[in-house]
Amino acid sequence: MEETKPIAEIEKEIVEEFALFDSWDDKYEYIIDLGKKLAPLAQEHKLDENKIKGCQSTVWMVANYRDGRVFFEADSDAIIVKGLVSMLIRVLSGQTPDAIIETPLAFIQQIGMTSHLAQTRSNGLLSMVKQMKNYALAYKLKNEVNG
Amino acid sequence: MITETTIPSLDIAAIRRQFPVLQREVKGHPLVYLDNAATSQKPKVVIDALVDYYSGYNANIHRGIHTLAEEATAAFEATRDTVARFINAASREQIIFTRGTTESINLVAQTWGRQQVNKGDEIIISGMEHHSNIVPWQLLCLEKEAVLKVIPVLDNGELDMDAYKALLSPRTKIVSIVHVSNALGTVNPVKEIIDAAHRQGAVVMIDGAQSSVHLDIDVQVLDCDFFAMSAHKVYGPTGIGVLYGKKELLDAMPVFQGGGEMIKEVSFEGTTFNELPYKYEAGTPNIADTVAFKAALDFVTETGKDRMRQHEDQLLAYATDKLQQLPGLRIIGQAAEKISLVSFIIDGIHPQDIGILLDTQGIAVRTGHHCAQPLMHRFGIPGTVRASFAVYNTMEELDRLIAGLQRAIKLLA
Repeated sequence: MEETKPIAEIEKEIVEEFALFDSWDDKYEYIIDLGKKLAPLAQEHKLDENKIKGCQSTVWMVANYRDGRVFFEADSDAIIVKGLVSMLIRVLSGQTPDAIIETPLAFIQQIGMTSHLAQTRSNGLLSMVKQMKNYALAYKLKNEVNG
Repeated sequence: MITETTIPSLDIAAIRRQFPVLQREVKGHPLVYLDNAATSQKPKVVIDALVDYYSGYNANIHRGIHTLAEEATAAFEATRDTVARFINAASREQIIFTRGTTESINLVAQTWGRQQVNKGDEIIISGMEHHSNIVPWQLLCLEKEAVLKVIPVLDNGELDMDAYKALLSPRTKIVSIVHVSNALGTVNPVKEIIDAAHRQGAVVMIDGAQSSVHLDIDVQVLDCDFFAMSAHKVYGPTGIGVLYGKKELLDAMPVFQGGGEMIKEVSFEGTTFNELPYKYEAGTPNIADTVAFKAALDFVTETGKDRMRQHEDQLLAYATDKLQQLPGLRIIGQAAEKISLVSFIIDGIHPQDIGILLDTQGIAVRTGHHCAQPLMHRFGIPGTVRASFAVYNTMEELDRLIAGLQRAIKLLA
C-alpha cells in the first residue's frame, strides 16, 4: 500500500501552491479546476443519509476504513464546494483516525478560505470538516470496542 | 398614469455620495451592491440620526418627566406620525412598532388568529410567500386544526387569480399575501385580492416587506385589514418594523406580549391594558432605530418615490435585456408588473458558484432559495441568483454585473 504523507506535509504543499496566486480570481480558478477533476461519486452513494446539507449546495460524503486508515469520497452539486472538498480529501483521506481528529487544518486559514466560507449559512466547509472528523472518531471508537 | 417625461430624473451621483458604504472596496474592487431586496444600505442621515440620539438625548420614553425623556419620546412618536403618512393610515394609533415584518405577521397570527380562527376554518396564502408568511400560519393551523390553502403560481411568476377565487369560501378567515415577491419581483394584484376576500367576509393581511420601498402605499385605498413592513428595506435601520391594522380589529384583538408600556393598571388580581398603539408595544422599545427610521422615510419621501421608481425601472429594463443575452441564462419570474429585481439561473451552473465568483469582483448578489423553498420547488430549481436594485445603483454597475457573469460562466462552464 502506498504510504500516505503526513497531514502537515500535504498542507504545506497546498499553501505553497496557493502562494503562486496573487488574485482571488486565480485562487478560485484553481479550486474550480480541482472541483472539475475530482472523480464523481457513484450514483449509489448519492443518498440522503450521505448528504451534508448546507443552506445552498449539497455535499455527499462516504467514508471507508481499511488497515487503520480512513478513506473519503465526496461530491457536490456546486463546483467550488467540490473543489474545496477535493482539497480536504487530499489532506485527510488515507490518514489515521487520530491524525484526522487532531489536525486543526491550518491550511484553510492560510490559503484565505475561512473568511469566505466559514461565517455564513451557505458554508459547507466547516460542516464537511466536522463530518470527516466524526467519521474518524466513529472508526476510532469502533476500533477500541473491537479491541 | 404618469409618463416618464413628467418626472424629473435624479442626480444618482449625488445620491450615492449620501451612502458611506458605497465608497468602500471589496476584494480590491469598488463595491457593487445588488442585494437590496435583502436589506438596503443606509444614507448618512439615518446613521447620523442614530448617533445623534445616543449622543444627545438617549432616555427611556413615555414615562420620564425629564428633558431627555421628553425629547426621546417626541422623536419616537414623530416616527409614528411619519409612518402613518408614508402608508396613509387614517390615524397614528393604527401604527404598531414591531421588530419587523416577520414579527408583525406573527403578532396577527398569535392574537387575531388565535381569537378568530377555529377548527376547520381556512387560511389562504400564496405559493410565492416568504417563509415568514408561511410558518406563522402553519403554526396557527396546527394549534387550531385549521386548513392552509395555497394560491398556485403560474409559469411567468404571477398568481393564478382564477384559482384564488375558487379557493375563497365562507370558511376563509384570513388571506395573507405578499405584495411583492422577494424571489421573483412580481407585483401582486393586492387590491383585487383584498376586494374578493372581503366579499367572502375574510380579512386580508399584506406583507409589504418588499413593496413599501418601491410602490406608493395607501392602506385606505387598498382597504387591507393588516399591513406589515420593515424599516431596513426602506433605507432604515434593522430591528424595527411596522404593523398597521384597522382600528376596530386592533381594538378587539387580545394583547400579544405582556410587560411595561402595554398596561393601564396592574394589580395581582388583574391588569387592564393600555390603549392603541401601546397595547401591543410591551417593554422598552427599540428607541434609537425607531428614531432613525423617520430619517429613512424622510429620505425616501424627499427623494421622491416616483423618481426613484423611474430610475429603478430603467435599471430593471437594462438588466433584463442584457441578462437575457447571456448563454444559458433563464430569468425566473417574468410577470408583467415587477419591481427592480431579477432572479435567474444559468444552465449547468450552481447559483452559489456564481455568487462566490461575483463576490471576488466586489459584486454583492444573493444566491439560494431566498427563504421561499416552496416556490423554488414549484420551479424545480434549488435556488436562483438574485440581483435587486436600489436608487443608488447605476447602469455602469449593471455592466460590471454582466461582465462578472460572463467571466463566471467562462470559468464554470
